[in-house]
Amino acid sequence: MSASRWLLAAALAGACTLAAAGDPTPIGLKAGAFDPPQAAAEFPDGVRATDAGAARLARWRGKVVLLVFGFTHCPAVCPTTLATLAEARRLLGADAAALQVVYVTVDPERDDLAHVRAYLAGFDRSFVGATGEPQALALLRKRYGVTAQKVPAADGGADYAMSHSTSIYLIDRAGRLRALMPFGHSAADFAHDVRQLQALR
Amino acid sequence: MRTLRIVAVALAAVASAGLAWAAFVPPRVESHDELFEIPKGTYARRMAGDKVEILPSRIDLALGLNDHLLLRNLDDVPQQFGPVLVMPGQSFRLPFEVASTYSFDCTAHASGQMTIVVAEAPATPWDRIRWRWNRMRTKIHA
Repeated sequence: MSASRWLLAAALAGACTLAAAGDPTPIGLKAGAFDPPQAAAEFPDGVRATDAGAARLARWRGKVVLLVFGFTHCPAVCPTTLATLAEARRLLGADAAALQVVYVTVDPERDDLAHVRAYLAGFDRSFVGATGEPQALALLRKRYGVTAQKVPAADGGADYAMSHSTSIYLIDRAGRLRALMPFGHSAADFAHDVRQLQALR
Repeated sequence: MRTLRIVAVALAAVASAGLAWAAFVPPRVESHDELFEIPKGTYARRMAGDKVEILPSRIDLALGLNDHLLLRNLDDVPQQFGPVLVMPGQSFRLPFEVASTYSFDCTAHASGQMTIVVAEAPATPWDRIRWRWNRMRTKIHA
């Protein structure tokens, strides 16, 4: 291959890489931003959604996805996060139609589809939950770097809690993992970032 | 004897001027990023038994100055820092807007925790001196 062909091939490869990355992540996000953004890890087989069959990120292409990991018996962090995200949807008004909150349980032992569905309905009926086979959920957590660990009850009873990562993953309309919002941010911060991501290619 | 006195006075004047500068000139930074890079080969070194710590267990940031934590993974494998999984060749920039102490679970540290202390921008002369002193110490130890 001649030098000019090599250059052309390299230019095409570069253009493809840029196209795959899409628009650069906007400066000024309230969340922590990944650069360059990469395709968000897809849900493995064995994870089911509360609104349909298999849970697949690909289903929500065209929307910004806020991906949350938690468990319905969570006493503080999950209710706070979900209430914040419900408020963010209200702040977004019509733009909320292009936002999908997905809540993945880290406690499949207690969180079946019906239970997760009922729990999420208390916050916002548009939220989708996901649960399924423990191995599949563990694989999904590994793909996102999420930690979760069972914490036995202090009194030695059968009840237990789950210690888990509390950050929220922001995935753009093309399925790229753009950012990660640590726990504790306001609904206004989420609305701000969602609008920024909705404007991206 | 007179020469010695002149030198002592000159040194005292320079030290006073430096102290006055450190106390009264507001700090400025070229970048808001507090950068931590994971060098290539970090994973291999860990696998070989080296105790490699890229991030200190406590990081001090100041609003308006170094208020962006920037993690850059130059290694060939994904690296996990607290809640963040950074892919090879990827960076992660986390901005802070509120002064507080942030704790993250981090398996990379023996304590299992990483603490980020975000302070207000130094506003008083003493705060400015302390901020510059800590900054200098950090740079020397880096």
